[in-house]
Amino acid sequence: MKLLSCKEATSLASQRLDRRLGLLERLSLRLHLAVCDGCSRVAKQFAFLRTAVKQLGERDA
Amino acid sequence: MKDFRSSIEAERPYLLRYASLQLRDRAAAEDAVQEALLAALAAERSFAGRSNLRTWLTGILKHKIVDLLRKGSRETAIESDEALEALFDENDHWRAFPPAWRDPDGSLEQKQFFAALEMCLEGLPEKTARAFMMREHLGLETDEICKELAITSTHCWVLLYRARMALRKCLELNWFMK
Ligand SMILES: [Zn+2]
Repeated sequence: MKLLSCKEATSLASQRLDRRLGLLERLSLRLHLAVCDGCSRVAKQFAFLRTAVKQLGERDA
Repeated sequence: MKDFRSSIEAERPYLLRYASLQLRDRAAAEDAVQEALLAALAAERSFAGRSNLRTWLTGILKHKIVDLLRKGSRETAIESDEALEALFDENDHWRAFPPAWRDPDGSLEQKQFFAALEMCLEGLPEKTARAFMMREHLGLETDEICKELAITSTHCWVLLYRARMALRKCLELNWFMK
């Protein structure tokens, strides 16, 4: 049933931040993240990186 | 449906070898195979009645490879990323499961966290770092980044993926698990 490996899932989780995923990509990613704690953590960490890097330089060095 | 899905999934190793042979690039081969399998899944009906699944899948894959070769002919191949490959086993599953980070939001209140983040950014390969900063710090869209770095969008997405994976690993080692 599972089509994505963890490498593919994390790659799609990354691309999700850069482009609009296709329907099948969204579905297979959602399916994988629902059953894989490791990849869901990494997906959250990607989003966190975005927040953190935006704030770089906004504060005093 | 389930049977069809698992029988095309069973052809993945064969298709990957086939694509790697032509593209000479593991990341590009994986992209091509993934796209071909997703296309095949969506086109289950058009397979109905044909006898050989592998032949049918290989036909789809061939088109994806030609697309990639056409797009890629203008730029240099993407070098492999050893550190990234090392995270996954031969089935592309985690060798070591990524641990949860403690209090990431609290880290954003700490100066030392940003020092660690800058150190990790400095450790990225130059082009990877540029793509990542253009995307995440300047907020540029992928097509603007591609133009600036003279690379395809696919290459750009690979660089951004590598940057994110390298940064999360670096922060894990130097901040969250310290
Ligand atoms: Zn996973």
